[in-house]
Amino acid sequence: MTGTPSGGDVRLSGISRVYGDFTAVHPLDLTVPEGSFFALLGASGCGKTTTLRMIAGLEEPSTGTVHLGDQDVTRLPAYKRPVNTVFQSYALFPHLDVFENVAFGLRRRGVRSVKRQVGEMLDLVQLGEHARRKPHQLSGGQQQRVAVARALINHPRVLLLDEPLGALDLKLRRRMQLELKRIQTEVGITFIHVTHDQEEAMAMADTVAVMNAGRVEQLGAPADLYENPATTFVANFLGTSNLIEAEVVSAATDEILVRAGGDTLGVPAERCPVPAAAGTRLLVGVRPEKAALTHADETDRIPDGRNRVTGVVTEASFLGVSTQYLVNSPAGLGLAVYAQNVDRDPRLAPGAEVVLHWSRAHTFALDAAQDIDAGTETLGTADVSGTVAGTPVKEDAG
Amino acid sequence: MTSPTLTGAASPPAPGGAAPGARPPRRRGRALPYLLLLPGLLWLLVFFALPMVHQASTSVQTGSLEAGYEVTWHFATYADAVAEYWPQFLRSVLYAGTATVLCLLLGYPLAYLIAFRAGRWRNLVMILVIAPFFTSFLIRTLAWKTILADGGVVVDALNTLHVLDVTSRLGLTAGDRVLATPLAVVCGLTYNFLPFMVLPLYTSLERIDPRLHEAAADLHARPATVFRKVTLPLSMPGVVAGTLLTFIPAGGDYVNADLLGSTDTRMIGNVIQTQFLRVLDYPTAAALSFVLMAVILVAVSVHIRRSGTEELL
Repeated sequence: MTGTPSGGDVRLSGISRVYGDFTAVHPLDLTVPEGSFFALLGASGCGKTTTLRMIAGLEEPSTGTVHLGDQDVTRLPAYKRPVNTVFQSYALFPHLDVFENVAFGLRRRGVRSVKRQVGEMLDLVQLGEHARRKPHQLSGGQQQRVAVARALINHPRVLLLDEPLGALDLKLRRRMQLELKRIQTEVGITFIHVTHDQEEAMAMADTVAVMNAGRVEQLGAPADLYENPATTFVANFLGTSNLIEAEVVSAATDEILVRAGGDTLGVPAERCPVPAAAGTRLLVGVRPEKAALTHADETDRIPDGRNRVTGVVTEASFLGVSTQYLVNSPAGLGLAVYAQNVDRDPRLAPGAEVVLHWSRAHTFALDAAQDIDAGTETLGTADVSGTVAGTPVKEDAG
Repeated sequence: MTSPTLTGAASPPAPGGAAPGARPPRRRGRALPYLLLLPGLLWLLVFFALPMVHQASTSVQTGSLEAGYEVTWHFATYADAVAEYWPQFLRSVLYAGTATVLCLLLGYPLAYLIAFRAGRWRNLVMILVIAPFFTSFLIRTLAWKTILADGGVVVDALNTLHVLDVTSRLGLTAGDRVLATPLAVVCGLTYNFLPFMVLPLYTSLERIDPRLHEAAADLHARPATVFRKVTLPLSMPGVVAGTLLTFIPAGGDYVNADLLGSTDTRMIGNVIQTQFLRVLDYPTAAALSFVLMAVILVAVSVHIRRSGTEELL
């Protein structure tokens, strides 16, 4: 590799971008370790693309600096930066064929014989036989691979990917995710990937930074973010969470007991990020796949020591591999349960009285002083339950 | 046969009235493109094709105004016309070509500015480009007569800067004068046809996705290279369309040479106009018209072939 001895970490220090009186990115510190696959995840307009463009040099930061390894590149124009971008909807040159698109960067840097390198790169992305095609003669997936090849051939210190899979259909997107992951492992270059698709981010990245309204909400490994969300936004945006408003009954060193709608729930003390004393309010959460449903007639079969919430099934959607239930309970409306279809209980139909239960260890707590619905994607859900104060209405985005 | 509902829906077994009832709309649908073409075709037939045939026949007639003309297939008229007026042909191509190049040099930066840099001023600048069309072509060309008048501001300024010394040596101007010189005619042509260059250029530049510029910069192209390798090639359809829309009418123009030029700057348009309306030598005028058309067609096809934009258009 051509990396400098001090490593090629991407370091953003206090970087921000302001347009008039709109702050697209609030001052942000971020270090992306060399060789990692890093995802910037967030809804549209959260500032993730602006951040990416500031690293690329296509956008000038209002404050702060961008470092590549030891080199301060903040004032370096895009064409001088050792960074390349895979653009959203690719921005392939329509007047050049695949070969010339891929060779573009090499030729600009004065490389004389590009044939071998371009050939190798086209083989890497499996487009060898399409070298003389024009971009418009290729399928979406093929164009996407040309865009990747065109950027990678320059051996950038960092490859920036701006929603590179956004224009592809679901199946192709899954395939390209694996493909990109394979390429990243093969070339070992730092990838910074911008996406609004949380599954994509979790499937591909080593580290995910969840962005919201121009700020990084939480940063960490996908599993860590998913299991230990720090904010309601992360809990709701990354997958789905059942969040229940509760009041602390007692706080021991190992376990906090809370009451919600007549049920008493236990939360491991180490999973509560805020100081809890009797009388304070908390948001208690559990992931839908970690909860189970048992019919009210069989509650004696539920093992002891699990958190229980009684309620009524309002919806049961059979999805083949699993069934998704929505349960209304005094503790909260629209609580979701994803049950694997191993032994399906046919009695669990809308109207059935049930107990929703889960392991105490799978319970997490969040500061109650935040919007309980932050990060939920409202896909035109006009459920009445959505208007009831403080009750979560979870829609599965997938 | 296996699924009666399917076969029934796919191909009705034509039980009498069903098929005739379904066919007329389809037939009308097929005729619709021709119906839409008809007005335009009729217009072209009456006002373009028939006059062309008439002129073609005129060009091979002999006779006199008094005795009347007759088709005698006298092709010598063509040879005579070219032999006599080839300097005017040459001058037309030269003037129109120079004006086209000047239009391109002036128009490209202007169109580029409007397309990429004008921001919210874009529409205003576009209106300014088109504004001259609100007044008559003749009036505007006459105005140039005043602008370039002897002893006027422009001529004085050019004199002071010794520009006229240079242009006189090149044969573009004569002494202290600009009016009635080739320079004046070329300036008039450039001025009058500039919008025809700017509009197609603007259209093709405006269609370029600005992200292509970013992609090129991202791929290590400096700004000048971005222009050379991305912007310019992608705007070639506009360049070709603009040069055609400028060169073709400029090559046949006679108003600029008439109002701003002298007898030494007569273009082929002036000759044709004189032959038709003053000398009343219709066969020669018609023959000249056809030769001019042929010259322009050849020049245009060479131009399109060489700029290699067929696949871009």
